[in-house]
Amino acid sequence: MKPVISIKEITKIYHVGEIQVHALRGVDLAVQSGEFLSIMGASGSGKSTLMNVIGCLDVPTSGSYHLDDIDVSSLSRDAYADIRNEKIGFVFQGFNLLPRTSALENVELPLFYDRRHRIKNPQHAAREALERVGLADRMHHVPSQLSGGQQQRVAIARALVNQPSILLADEPTGNLDSRTSIEVMSVFQELNGQGITVLLVTHEEDISQYTKRIVYMRDGHILRDQKIEKPVSARQDLEKKMEEADAAAL
Amino acid sequence: MLQLSNLLKASFKSIMKNRMRSLLTSLGIIIGVGAVIVMVGIGSGSQKRIAQEISSMGSNMIVVFPSFSQRGGVSRGAGSFNRLTMDDADAIREEATLVEHVSAIVMSAGQVIGNGNNWNTSIQGVDPDYLNIRMWNIASGEFFSDRDIRSRKKVAVLGVTVVENIFGDLDPIGQKIRIRNTPFRVIGVLEEKGQDARGQDQDDIILAPSTTVQSRLTGERYINMINVSAVSLESISRAQEEVTAILRRQHKIDYGQENDFMVANQTAITEMASETSRIMTTLLGAVAAVSLVVGGIGIMNIMLVSVTERTREIGIRMSVGARGRDILTQFLLESVVLSISGGLIGILLSIGIAFILNTWTDIHVAIGTGIVLLSFTFAGTIGIFFGFYPARKAAGLNPIDALRYE
Repeated sequence: MKPVISIKEITKIYHVGEIQVHALRGVDLAVQSGEFLSIMGASGSGKSTLMNVIGCLDVPTSGSYHLDDIDVSSLSRDAYADIRNEKIGFVFQGFNLLPRTSALENVELPLFYDRRHRIKNPQHAAREALERVGLADRMHHVPSQLSGGQQQRVAIARALVNQPSILLADEPTGNLDSRTSIEVMSVFQELNGQGITVLLVTHEEDISQYTKRIVYMRDGHILRDQKIEKPVSARQDLEKKMEEADAAAL
Repeated sequence: MLQLSNLLKASFKSIMKNRMRSLLTSLGIIIGVGAVIVMVGIGSGSQKRIAQEISSMGSNMIVVFPSFSQRGGVSRGAGSFNRLTMDDADAIREEATLVEHVSAIVMSAGQVIGNGNNWNTSIQGVDPDYLNIRMWNIASGEFFSDRDIRSRKKVAVLGVTVVENIFGDLDPIGQKIRIRNTPFRVIGVLEEKGQDARGQDQDDIILAPSTTVQSRLTGERYINMINVSAVSLESISRAQEEVTAILRRQHKIDYGQENDFMVANQTAITEMASETSRIMTTLLGAVAAVSLVVGGIGIMNIMLVSVTERTREIGIRMSVGARGRDILTQFLLESVVLSISGGLIGILLSIGIAFILNTWTDIHVAIGTGIVLLSFTFAGTIGIFFGFYPARKAAGLNPIDALRYE
């Protein structure tokens, strides 16, 4: 089977004034369909740059990148936008929802740019996506009326609504407390269980424990690529936490 | 590109989310469009009134008045006539063939006392033909005759305004009035004529025999004007030439010397007035147009602020698949919607103002379809023009930088 993501010898050099910053120094990565992969590393390790390249938000300096067998590295700005719309779902650390706009409208946003009308009924699809992340009863709330965890779930629904090939999450738990973090991770685990390929970037060891494969990065290189045989179940952790809380309350 | 209707919907949503700001932004356009339409409307209203004036005054009227400006350094021999006299009027009356009616005009002004009231008005000494030249009629009583002129009879015909202020509801015919201490007998009342092109009350007047006014009130040899009517509209210019020739001979002006009088027909005079009003209209319209442009700059200002404020939104839209062109169109549409709705409100506003001015003031506003369409199109163009720069700025943003923007 061909991998969803196939990256070969990717480099990325930023020019900050006179100084050249080598964010990626030759990265190879292959991700199969249905994987749940986390990219770990300290800040400055190049993990976010790699995520931006995979998410077609940034263009690599050199190397090749195939997404779903499409050679992405040679595409135009507009084609990049179309790839983002059709093949990628993005979840950000800061949620990045449109303010004063309902959850439903936020989730519908990617379908607004669905040029080929792949999805016939945008509102229905948006409702479905919100139901999948367990927010069926919050559709008409605006972000300011939602908790952090709920906002992040709206963001996940938005990332799902266009039926992407991969779901990318850049520090999705960075702005959340530990309990809500586990909650969000259980959503990702559930979606991955349904066959969706998930890639997430984190610097927290315990978050990466919920994924099936961890890629460690340092100074623009992949340091280690490790399969996790039995990932921790976020749902079980959540139940355990709740029991502990109950016990403490008694 | 995406469906325009969808993008338009998105622009509307964003405008409605910032109602107050959107209204304030459009205010420049609202005022601009309103001002342009009302200003030009006032101008064309007064032009229309002047046009009406031409027909009501009698279009084959010719006016002769003395000219002081043309004499320059030329010195004339003693005894030469340099102003108009009764003899000039008589000469035209007797000699001109293309002239139907002639009236000397002697102008005076002063206090009129009668019926225990007093009133300040203008007193015009005229000849019996005057009413025919001005296409005016007597409402009651009678006008003075040639015999009254010859005998310098102290009779007067009053305008409606004078009647109202001195006699009220009383019938003035046969009553005595004193004009600057000279007693006159009222023999008639003029038909109401209303205001002239400059907004002056034409009924605030007393007509009396020219000879009487000259001897009793002005005491001068010279008269102010001669009004003449040509036999027909077509013969106006030939009648003018004839009058000019008669007066040149009367005033003993040699060949090659300039006239010391001016002969103008009514059309020329009103054309002059309407030219003045046309220039005023253009000027006012230009000033208003400047405010429209300033309004456009206001839109650009707000759109630039909006781009900065919504950088993150632009980043989000791009990250979910918006092309640069989609962002450009959205922002451009927003400014066009703002300016067009501002234009529409401005048009409604101007119609309202025109209604108020026409109903409660003497200012006549005539709103033309042309200026409405023009200013509306101008408003839309301003939206595109001043919206383009901010929109292009938004479209050129890099998605990563836009997302990271705090």
